[in-house]
Amino acid sequence: MSSETISHGHAAEASVHSHDSHEAHGHDHHHEESFLTKYVFSTDHKMIGKQFLITGIIWAIIGGLFSVLFRLQLGYPETSFPVLEDLFGKWAAGGRISNEFYYALVTMHGTILVFFVLTAGLSGTFANILIPLQIGARDMASGFLNMLSYWFFFLASVVMFASLFIQTGPASGGWTVYPPLSALGQASEGSKLGMDFWLISMALFIVSSLLGGLNYISTILNLRTKGMSMTRMPLTMWAIFFTAVLGVLSFPVLLSGAVLLLFDRNLGTSFFLSEIVVKGEILPNEGGSAILFQHLFWFLGHPEVYIILLPALGMVSEILSVNSRKPIFGYLAMVGSLFAICILAFLVWAHHMFVTGLNPFLGAFFVLLTLLIAVPSAIKVFNWLTTLWKGNIRFTPGMLFSIGFISLFISGGLTGIFLGNSTLDIHLHDTYFVVAHFHIVMGVASFFGMFAGVYHWFPKMYGRFLNNTMAYIHFWVTMVGAYLIFWPMHYAGLAGMPRRYTDWSNWQSFNQFQDMNRFISTVAMIVFAVQILFVFNFFYSIFKGRKVTSTNPWGANTLEWTTPINPGHGNWPGDIPEVHRWPYDYGKDGRDFIPQVEPIGADESKH
Amino acid sequence: MSGYFILIILVLAFVLIFQISKASEYVSVLKGEEKSFKQSNRINAFLFILFMVLGLAGAWWCNELLYDRTLLAQPAASDHGEKIDFMMWLTIIVTGIVFLLTQVLLFWFAFKYQYSEKRTSYFFPHNNKLELLWTVVPAIFLTVLVGFGLFYWFKITGDAPKDSQIVEITGKQFNWMMRYPGKDNVLGRKNYRLTDASSGNALGVDWEDGASHDDIEASEMHLVVGKPVQLVINAQDVIHDVGLVHFRLKMDAVPGIPTTLWFTPKYTTAQMKEITGNKDFVYEISCDQICGSGHYSMRGVIIVETQDEHDAWMASKKPQYVTVKEGAAPAAAADSTSAAAAATMSKPLAQLK
Repeated sequence: MSSETISHGHAAEASVHSHDSHEAHGHDHHHEESFLTKYVFSTDHKMIGKQFLITGIIWAIIGGLFSVLFRLQLGYPETSFPVLEDLFGKWAAGGRISNEFYYALVTMHGTILVFFVLTAGLSGTFANILIPLQIGARDMASGFLNMLSYWFFFLASVVMFASLFIQTGPASGGWTVYPPLSALGQASEGSKLGMDFWLISMALFIVSSLLGGLNYISTILNLRTKGMSMTRMPLTMWAIFFTAVLGVLSFPVLLSGAVLLLFDRNLGTSFFLSEIVVKGEILPNEGGSAILFQHLFWFLGHPEVYIILLPALGMVSEILSVNSRKPIFGYLAMVGSLFAICILAFLVWAHHMFVTGLNPFLGAFFVLLTLLIAVPSAIKVFNWLTTLWKGNIRFTPGMLFSIGFISLFISGGLTGIFLGNSTLDIHLHDTYFVVAHFHIVMGVASFFGMFAGVYHWFPKMYGRFLNNTMAYIHFWVTMVGAYLIFWPMHYAGLAGMPRRYTDWSNWQSFNQFQDMNRFISTVAMIVFAVQILFVFNFFYSIFKGRKVTSTNPWGANTLEWTTPINPGHGNWPGDIPEVHRWPYDYGKDGRDFIPQVEPIGADESKH
Repeated sequence: MSGYFILIILVLAFVLIFQISKASEYVSVLKGEEKSFKQSNRINAFLFILFMVLGLAGAWWCNELLYDRTLLAQPAASDHGEKIDFMMWLTIIVTGIVFLLTQVLLFWFAFKYQYSEKRTSYFFPHNNKLELLWTVVPAIFLTVLVGFGLFYWFKITGDAPKDSQIVEITGKQFNWMMRYPGKDNVLGRKNYRLTDASSGNALGVDWEDGASHDDIEASEMHLVVGKPVQLVINAQDVIHDVGLVHFRLKMDAVPGIPTTLWFTPKYTTAQMKEITGNKDFVYEISCDQICGSGHYSMRGVIIVETQDEHDAWMASKKPQYVTVKEGAAPAAAADSTSAAAAATMSKPLAQLK
């Protein structure tokens, strides 16, 4: 398994030759290349990771802004904002967001944040930056495929972005794009050209995700440095490994769904269509099943929420251990619970479909398997708590977000026990309870994992620190704001208030939450402004941040902190370091930390 | 104008925060990084405990404010709904305990074990007994929840009683249409290709089928209190969802695949007005599956009444077949209700305004 034995471009070359001679040869031949090959068509995993991150940040601003726009409608349904008409024309005639615009915004908010930010932006970024650095490899197994992975993502982004400017608007049938609504242009403006763009963009996105995922898996399995057995890998690596496995096995199923839907839309097939009368027009399609699409969608869709969450679980475990100055409690149980979540993720998709007329007997299995996920989740929470217990905690910005993550993971995870139980789902399905649940556990929690990762590994990415004061403001406002926004939504859900309504004022049963909606919208705008502060801090600190002066600023054990402050392509100037121990020897034998590269001492205690 | 004003204030606030942040970074360099680290560490640790205390107080306050607006504050209007409410309380209690325990431990540990020069962390990599404990205990609690959940799930989704009233509900963008089977208690056959609203057949009923001749069509749902009802649910164009919040139930309406749902209403509309203390109370059908730009307005009304009232209402209705064959001003099903029914429907609507 040692990298010396693997022939792998200049990486193997670099580790085989002596230091000085290959330095000039191996590195210059990459780095003295043009701007285009260094910053644009780069095959360096670190640069590709940064490309994913910055593209993800741009998408996050767009997706977040969309939520602010539709929160304006929900919070202030009676008010007219003339500036909206100036900006969006017919979509906001009279300064009010039109129904079509509202649904387009909601759909794009979901699509952008789930796929483009929390999938590509989160696991694309950290898988790329961390895998070679933490397992001790010069680069990914295939730098070229890795580059293609980013550029397919870029292409998908261009298509999705273009769809925002179509005359009939982008897709607007919800991010789950259930047919027949998404299949019939007659049923909705957003189901015209915008939906074709959506499907093409998703197909490209899936290609990107598969290229990336296969690369992550083969790199982790094949390119670990000498001594880095699987059970000596940091938990980030395990989490990213399982994430990639989930993606590779489930994304192709969504691709099939997207292709069949394209056929139904454009070639007159009837995979998802049967016995339809739309706007008085009788369609010829018979024999298809609208529910089939939901199966195909959620077979990806459910693993997808774990694709989003798992990298966050891994990074939080790592950052928590480093900053508690304690080993992560129950390493093997942590790996085991990740594995259990990964397996169960494939077996629970129909819990999104309890009220579709699903066979109740089949539903029972999905209830059982869904609630089973609570067991590995509980193990993780209690192990994190025990990691904090009797630690010596440093509240770095990364650590703040990690602790915030745990709080949100608990809050959002517990409401999953309501929704996974089919009996309660009959009542709560598609109400604001669901909105609150998944925003907390998948949306905000994963964002917290991502922020934790950015704050923790920013010094490795750019050789500088982010500004701490801005980071503290960012954390506390976001933490308080997340609860203020989503906690009251549970109550709206318990009143049965349906999601995806632009206006509840004509309903006797749901019109009692107007003041709550206004409050939520106001907080959402403040939280969004603070995210802009973070983005500013990010870009400012790339160029002007406080410089990192030591190679290991956090006193961490893992391999990335044995590289130079600004590692070049190939990561280590000399040989790749050899690993002698697991990454969590913090506070052992009275020593603050013992890096993975340090051989086991003769009189060292066992654990 | 005020918009620009807010924008300017925002930008100024931004610049201010940035300047303070920059300055504090210089100060920390001057003061010594070690010292400023300790100071900010203490502040953040304190903020965690403050967050916990204020958060729990805030959760209490939120509950005081919003609890009465939820359905938890009023009894379920169906027998199935009562089971769901019991399940809800059981789950709230179990998860509530876990929530309090874990959140308090999290923030307490964060505060208690904040960095101190005097302490070294305790090397504690694993403990099989502890890990077994928090694998087994959650598993036991979940078994209880799954057990109750599935018991009720099978009751609710099981077969409807033989003497159930049958009502067909069909969704289309963006309203609901009802059909009652008439005296024979059998709904006439349908064929979607026969759908033609302009000739009085908005539902696509096959008039060749004799069972359809006494079927009654209406735009609102009339149910009998205490009598089980089975809904036969259809959709014409896209997926909709019959959401019955007061009964705590819902079921998708899928084009091409009819679904069913049954329950027994417990209170008449009049009784619910007393129970909720809301004289405008009305049972509403909401569409709970996004169905296009008018999704939010896809509202239906249910009137739960006594058997006598129901019989009187039924007697006042003319079967759709008869209406069509008489050729008497054929109209869309949505408009085909009698004047009397329209009056009962528009009353609560008018009060809403």
